Amino acid sequence: MGKLPIRARVATTIGGAAGRMSRLTGRGDGSVIGGVVGLRFAPDLLRQLAVGRQIVLVTGTNGKTTTTRLVTAAIGSLGQEVATNAYGANMESGLVSALSGASEAPYAVLEVDERHLPAMIKATSPRAIVLLNLSRDQMDRAAEIWLIARRWREAFAASPQCRVVANADDPLIAWAAGSAGDVTWVAAGQRWHEDSWCCPDCGSHLRRDELGWRCGECSLSRPSARWVLDGENVIDAAGTVRELGLALPGRANRSNAVMALAVASLFGADVDQALPELRKVVSVAGRYTSVQRRGRTVRLLLAKNPAGWLEAFDVVGATGLIEGPASAGTPPVLLAVNAQGPDGRDTSWLWDVDYRVLAGRPVLVTGERKVDLAVRLEADEIPFDLVDDIDAAIDAVRPGHLDVIANYTAFQQIRAIVGRSV
Amino acid sequence: MPGEQVSSRPGRHAATDLDGLRVDIPNWSSPSGPEPSTRERRSGGGPSALRLIWIYPDLLSTYGDRGNLLMLTRRATLRGLRVESVGINSDQAVPRHGDVYLLGGGEDLPQILAAKRLRTDGGLAAAAANGAVIFAVCAGYQLVGEVFGGAQGEPVDGLGLLDIRSGRGDTRGVGEVVADVDPALGVDRLTGFENHQGVTSRGPGTKPLASVLRGVGNGDGTEGAYSGRILGTYLHGPALVRNPSLADLLLTWAAGSLPPLAPDYETWTNRLRSERLAAASA
Repeated sequence: MGKLPIRARVATTIGGAAGRMSRLTGRGDGSVIGGVVGLRFAPDLLRQLAVGRQIVLVTGTNGKTTTTRLVTAAIGSLGQEVATNAYGANMESGLVSALSGASEAPYAVLEVDERHLPAMIKATSPRAIVLLNLSRDQMDRAAEIWLIARRWREAFAASPQCRVVANADDPLIAWAAGSAGDVTWVAAGQRWHEDSWCCPDCGSHLRRDELGWRCGECSLSRPSARWVLDGENVIDAAGTVRELGLALPGRANRSNAVMALAVASLFGADVDQALPELRKVVSVAGRYTSVQRRGRTVRLLLAKNPAGWLEAFDVVGATGLIEGPASAGTPPVLLAVNAQGPDGRDTSWLWDVDYRVLAGRPVLVTGERKVDLAVRLEADEIPFDLVDDIDAAIDAVRPGHLDVIANYTAFQQIRAIVGRSV
Repeated sequence: MPGEQVSSRPGRHAATDLDGLRVDIPNWSSPSGPEPSTRERRSGGGPSALRLIWIYPDLLSTYGDRGNLLMLTRRATLRGLRVESVGINSDQAVPRHGDVYLLGGGEDLPQILAAKRLRTDGGLAAAAANGAVIFAVCAGYQLVGEVFGGAQGEPVDGLGLLDIRSGRGDTRGVGEVVADVDPALGVDRLTGFENHQGVTSRGPGTKPLASVLRGVGNGDGTEGAYSGRILGTYLHGPALVRNPSLADLLLTWAAGSLPPLAPDYETWTNRLRSERLAAASA
């Protein structure tokens, strides 16, 4: 890291104070405001803070925060301090806060918003970049994902020293990473196909079979992978099979863990040292947390877009196959949907989610847009009850387990009520 | 018919299953004998199914457009109509004898690809000539017109099925829309969400769908357009979920007059409409 120029040091001091004030006054966790203040004072601050460190950037539509946490844990097995923006503040100010808060850390693992990756590559000159997935997100906020992929492609071509770790099973990711000089391909899987029926290169229809995906017209096809997620196991580049044994639930997290192991190994981390660290992660920025509240065990899951809902259903075990007497024993699930700015103000995306998988379990609905969700569930013939809030949901269910799937601001609201934990 | 419970939904799960969208189209796209008119097939609640066709969901389904297909299917099925709904991918032939065709929203390049392929294929134009109903949203709405704007705003040929011209506007229209529909159509006040940078002008033979009370729409105080049985709109929501009476208009065009649904089936859609209209005027 070396010594920062004086202006930068002052900037980090002021920024750090702002962050502390934010936390003390309960306004937030301080991870954004500190960086915003710092950058006003020294606009080049991020680049200066990045100098001399080994930096990993993590991006994609879903799984950034969790994977950042996992990569941090895996690289942490090397025994040195790792700076990270653990709470999902993934724009420039969040990165500044993370780096200035850990000025001696030789490693930094930074979650980056997918729209800002090219700029953050320029600013931080990362050693490695992790590309998870690209799918439709909030319609009225996100740029078109094909454009995002194209800008990534251009950025990688301009940064040949950067090592890319990319999900081979996502056609948009594979196309974007294709211009990078050094790619480690990971067969991390892809469950949500609806944004990749069209070849990113030539626009023709993509075909899918047991071997993977390939374009019907041009030569774009799934690259062969060095690391593989195989059910519950990870297969590394040497062909060794190990059970992941994660505490985090669901297929998506196993996928994120394999990506984390792949990138950590680029820095010399040993899988047998890194994997135990991954297994210690039980919740990430409040997600997957179970809290006790008035006799119920409430598990909170975040789902921000259709692909995320698909993964959340996987975590709660919703398969639509429960019928008859078995349904009486299944835990109820509370769905919470808002449509504020960060959620995306249009709720049309609800119709890209298949709710039939909830058949057979009690469903409760809350959030600012619960009536939109009601119309959606009715169309899928899923019985439901509307409730005003998490406590009304708790009142409505028997003591025991309650799963909650919520989108962004609804999740934050519920988390604020039941208590922020990890 | 009113109040009749329809417990089985033939064709629904298979046809609208997220995986089932890749199903091959059934033989009825190439009939062996002379083709009766659409209206004839539907009258009297005869045994033939109402055929709903979703055009190129692999290119044009970015914004919950599946909801329009689901809502049309639901409202037809609840009236006791048998429904076959299917998605036709961009590498498949568009059947010429469907009853209602749906086109959804999409990004710039997929929109251009879709227009090219549909022009080459000719199936949608043939269906239009056969009197099929075409409901087109956003990118789909633009491409059934004469011309629309490409990725750099350059003019791209549309299908010429609707006399409208679209181009890239200066600002993006994003937000809740409220609009009063042409009284001739008998459709309730429109509510929806727009997200587009397009502006659309109409030729002499094409009427606006609605006049805008709140929002942008076409850019000239109107929203959407229709001519004959082709109707387009910029509205998401999805449009037919937010506006059940618009869904019923399309079904009536395809299947003849319909009985009203039992009030129980309208509780939630009505409540959603009231809430959205109130929110938009707040």
